[in-house]
Formats: sequence, C-alpha cells, structure tokens
Amino acid sequence: MADFLYQLLLTFDATLRIATPLILCAMAGIFAERSGVIDISLEGKLLSGAFVAAAVAALSGSVLLGLICAILASVTMSLIHGFACITHKGNQVISGVAINILASGLTVVIGIALFRRGGQTPTLPRDARFKPIEWFGVESFDTVPIIGAIYRQLVSGHNILVYIALLAVPLTAFIIFRTRFGLRLRAVGEVPEAVDSAGLSVTWLRYRALIVGGVFCGIAGAYLSVAQGGNFVREMSAGKGYIALAAVIFGNWKPFAAFLACLMFGFLEAATSRLQGVDLPLIGEVPTQLMLALPYVLTVLLLAGFIGKPSPPAAIGQPYHK
Amino acid sequence: MSKSAPPLPRWADLFLLPLINLSAALFICGLVVLAIGENPIEALGVMLKGAFVYSGGLGYTLYYTTNFIFTGLAVATAFHAMLFNIGGEGQAYLGGLGAALVAFAAGSLPGIIALPLAIAGAAVAGACWGVIPGYLQAKRGSHIVITTIMFNFIAASIMVWLLAGPMLEPNQQSPQSAPLPGSSHLPKIHEILDLLGIQITSSPLNASFLLAIVALCVFWVLIWRTRLGYAIRAVGQNPEAAHYAGINVPRTIIIAMAIAGGFAGLLATNEILGISHRVILNYTAGYGFTGIAVALMGRNHPIGIFLAALLFGALYQGGAELDFEFQSITREMVLLIQGMIILFSGALAYMFNPPLARFIARFTAPKEVARG
Repeated sequence: MADFLYQLLLTFDATLRIATPLILCAMAGIFAERSGVIDISLEGKLLSGAFVAAAVAALSGSVLLGLICAILASVTMSLIHGFACITHKGNQVISGVAINILASGLTVVIGIALFRRGGQTPTLPRDARFKPIEWFGVESFDTVPIIGAIYRQLVSGHNILVYIALLAVPLTAFIIFRTRFGLRLRAVGEVPEAVDSAGLSVTWLRYRALIVGGVFCGIAGAYLSVAQGGNFVREMSAGKGYIALAAVIFGNWKPFAAFLACLMFGFLEAATSRLQGVDLPLIGEVPTQLMLALPYVLTVLLLAGFIGKPSPPAAIGQPYHK
Repeated sequence: MSKSAPPLPRWADLFLLPLINLSAALFICGLVVLAIGENPIEALGVMLKGAFVYSGGLGYTLYYTTNFIFTGLAVATAFHAMLFNIGGEGQAYLGGLGAALVAFAAGSLPGIIALPLAIAGAAVAGACWGVIPGYLQAKRGSHIVITTIMFNFIAASIMVWLLAGPMLEPNQQSPQSAPLPGSSHLPKIHEILDLLGIQITSSPLNASFLLAIVALCVFWVLIWRTRLGYAIRAVGQNPEAAHYAGINVPRTIIIAMAIAGGFAGLLATNEILGISHRVILNYTAGYGFTGIAVALMGRNHPIGIFLAALLFGALYQGGAELDFEFQSITREMVLLIQGMIILFSGALAYMFNPPLARFIARFTAPKEVARG
C-alpha cells in the first residue's frame, strides 16, 4: 500500500513536470482567444522558444539570457501572427498553420547552420540549466510521514519555471477578470464594435494579448529545452501546443479550469508512461499509445457538446473591420 | 488606405498574384540563406537542377507532385464549402490503413480486381476520417479546424498502436506492417514505358500519378459541372442563402468533407500501393499540411493545384539535393519556403491584392472609359 502511494506521488510529480509547458501555453491561448484571435500557433511559438533558449544558452553559457531570447523569439512569432491576422485581417487559422510550419523549418535550418548536429543543439551541462530548487526544511520534514514525502517530491525540488507556470494561472485569472485591461480584452473578444465605439483600439488590444501570450510560450519553450531537458531536439514540442489549445477549450476559456485540464492531460501522460507494459487485473495490458490520444478524443467529445457545452468568445476568428 | 480597391482582373488573380506571393516567399528565404552564409541564387540553382535536370530528378519531382495533388484537392474541396480542412494528414494516414487492409483481404484475387479494391479502400478510409469532423461541424456545431487537428493526432495514435501492435510485421523491430500481396502493387511509370520499348531512368513515379490527374479532372467536373458542386459552392459562399434556395446545408458539408477525406486518402495509392508496399510509421511525412499551401497557392482550381503541386514537388526533390551540395543548408529549407508561401498567399492574402489591383486599374481604367 505504501509502495502504491509512493508510486502515485511520483506520478503526480511527473504530472506537474509534464503539465508545466501545457499550463503556460494554455494561459497564452486564453489571452489570445479571449481577445478574439484563434491561436493555432502556440505550437510554433513553443518550438521556436525551445530552440532559441537552448541555442543562446549553449552559445553564451547563460541560461537566463537563453530564457530572455526565447521570450523575444516567441513574441516575434506572435507579432507575425498579429501582422497577418490583425493588421492585414488575414485568416487566423491559416496564419497559425504558417507560423507552425515556419517554426519547424527555421529551428532546424538555423540549428544545422549553427551547430552542424542534424538540428540538435549541444547538451548543456547540468549546472548550466535551470536547476531544481530545494525548499526550506526538506530534511527536517522528511521525518513526518506522508506530508514529508509530499513536501519533498511535489512541493519542493522543481525548477523556477515550474513555479512560474503555477503562478501564471492566478496571474492570468487576475488580469483577465479583475483589471481594466482584462475587461477590455474580454470585450474585444465578444463585441469588438463596442470597444471600438468606446474609443479604444481593437488592433492594439489584440496585439497586446498576443504579445502576452508570446511571453508565456517563450517561457514554456525554455522549460522544454533548458530546464526539463538539456538541449533542443527537432520537433521537441511534439504537439504540446495543440494539447494546450485543447486544454483551453476544455477549460471553457477560463484560466483555472484550463489549468485543471492541463493537469488532467499531464496526469494521463504520466500514468500512461508508468502503465507501459503493465498487466492490469481484468483489463489486461493497457494500450498506452491509444491512451495518449485521450486528450484529443475528450476535446472532440466536448466540442461536439457530448460533455458539457463550450462557450467560446463570440467574436473569435473574425477579423475586425471598421 | 482607401477602402474600395478595384477588383483584381482574373488573369492577375490567377497568375500574377501567386507569382508575387511566391517571389516574396522566396525572397525572404533567400535572406535566411544569406544570413547562414551561403549564396541563395546558387541554392536555387541546385534545387532546380535536382528537380528537373538530373537523371531521374523529374521522376522524383512528379512522384512528390502526385502526393501534393491529392492533399491539395483534399483542402480545396473543403475550401469551396468554406471549411478549413487541416485534417488531410490524418485522412491520408488512415487512407493507408484502408488500402492495406483491403489489399490483405483481397490478396488471393487477381490484380485487376484487387488493385481497384485497394484504391477504393484508401479513398473510403480517408473519407470516413473526413466525414466525422464534417458531421460534428454540420450537426453538433464543433469547429472543423479544431476537430480536424484533433483527428490528426487521434489518427497518429491509432496508427502507432496498430503498427507497433496488431499489424506489426513478425520479427520486426521498427513499427511497420507486413508487405502487401503483389496483386495490389501499382506499376511504376518506368516499368510501363519499358514495356512500350521506351527506356527512362527508374524513379518512384508510378501509376498513381495518372490517378492524380484523373482526380484533378473529377474535381473540376464535380465543383463546376454538377448539382452537388453547385451546392458545395453555394454553402461556401452563403449558407443562409443556400438554405433558402432549398439546399440541405448540413448534408452538403458532410458530403464535402467525405470527398475531401477521400482525396487525401488516395495519397496512400502513391506511397503505399505504389512504392513502399507496406504501411510504415509516419509515412504521410507532413504531405497533408503541404496540401494547405498547394490549395492556397492554386486558388482552389485544378490547374492552379496542379501547378502548385508541381512547384512543391520540385521544391521537395530539389530540397533533397541541397543536402548533398551544401554543408549548412538542408531540405528543411523547403519547410521554410512552404511556411512563407502559406503566410503570403493565405494569411497575408490581402496585403498585395489592393495595391496590385489599384496599380493595374491605373493602366486599364482609361480603356473602360473610352469604351463606355
């Protein structure tokens, strides 16, 4: 029993690690989509952030500089998205697809030109990455049963970006629901005409939403390549941006609900990798590859109104014409 | 910016604008090549030579073209109904499953029966994977973009599971199916020509290329010469008006997505029935996404789609040549070009259009005055 509980604890720990980039990207998605801009390009921003973080950290030796440049790269992608679908009123989905393909091309092309390693970046030594932070008093808590283990495994021992992701959720909720900017942001995603006639710039509001999203995606990308891993591998975002998008929909465009969806998707993946090749009583061997499709299946079922009813921002996907 | 730019003449819309978009895309990619420290003109030359000049190059180019015609049609059919089908990748993937399952089942039949059945299997399986998002859009109001994205991932998971489990070739480590029975192999073009006494360099180009040309013709007839095609275009232009004109809108959406999925599924005829003769993990290799660029650039018209597919075929084949000739530029350069083309001819479609229209109008307007 104790062993099972410990396994469960390790699974929750892995859940948090897997969910971190999802949470950051989901918050980015909420900003963009709440302002009325569909953001398929989360994936591309995540990928370019991951590449730039690893490349800059490898070249400069500074992981912090890597993070900053990752954010800049991801924001640049956001600005391209904005230029196409806000300034030029292009199709938001097409723009997103274009950015995702650009990101997978650019990261490999530049990666090979810089490092000649088939698109990978050199592996950073352990102390040149974002290190796990040991919280206060882990040793003394160890003697306390259960809570000590939870404190050591789940609360303590993550890198700074994990905690940033956890803080991003209440921050996003606060900005969106409690500030003037957030009110305007939501308005521009529901009735942009009203925002416009109140004398505010629809364009600038939507740009700002995308820029904030770019910052979050950049952090998420850095997490993948210089915190969770030690280098960039081509296509390392591996659909996480899309899962985050699914989490946004699953969370009905609300920060805390989307956060829970990220944790759920993260838990599914963590549990799946633990169940690989395990024979469960009654069920038999779990088809783990099929379980990885569950986030997508659940999102499809939700969107189709089989579980609950999604209520996306009213003006989503529509360019605003004055 | 003035609000009313004059409409663009048809020739400019069909030829000049795509050309400008392509040039803009190539220009930016050229800058990237320059930044890497190579000569962009030289790189372009290598790509063109690889695609058309080298022995067998043209065969490879047309082999890629075949893929892009199918996936381009999958996107274009849906576009005519104003549906954005991002699911070409998943539909093509499942098309491979359909082709393989039918080919195995029809293994003992002669090729003349087994082959058409396997082709139909590819189309039907792709159509099934297209029809579900279509149904969910038409009847349950799900956003087709999100659903088709999710369906790509679901298809990928199903195929990983099948290829690593139930369909895995015995004593095989890498995830792939057993080889298909010979009755379902499509002949290569160089084999066909050899029978006629014409010798050409062998290449993967096979009879599915002819099928792709047929598909282009079918697409043209379907969209512009049939009742269904009219319904599809009407629904795409204005669903309310189509509804009042007595067109069953949900049914049209579902059928359009079925046809789109069917076109995508036919990609398997080239990759699986024509070349690998087995289902291999990730055999679709992003061709489904390239279809988006092809449809956008080809303006959803069969001739445009053929030309755009040929362009991408040349880029893919020429891009492979980059790997050999240069140390620091590789075939991924093509992804960059592809992304730029989608950006310019899709998302930034309205950037060059109004200024170009005004520019042309400046030269053509006086004539109209004289006529009037």
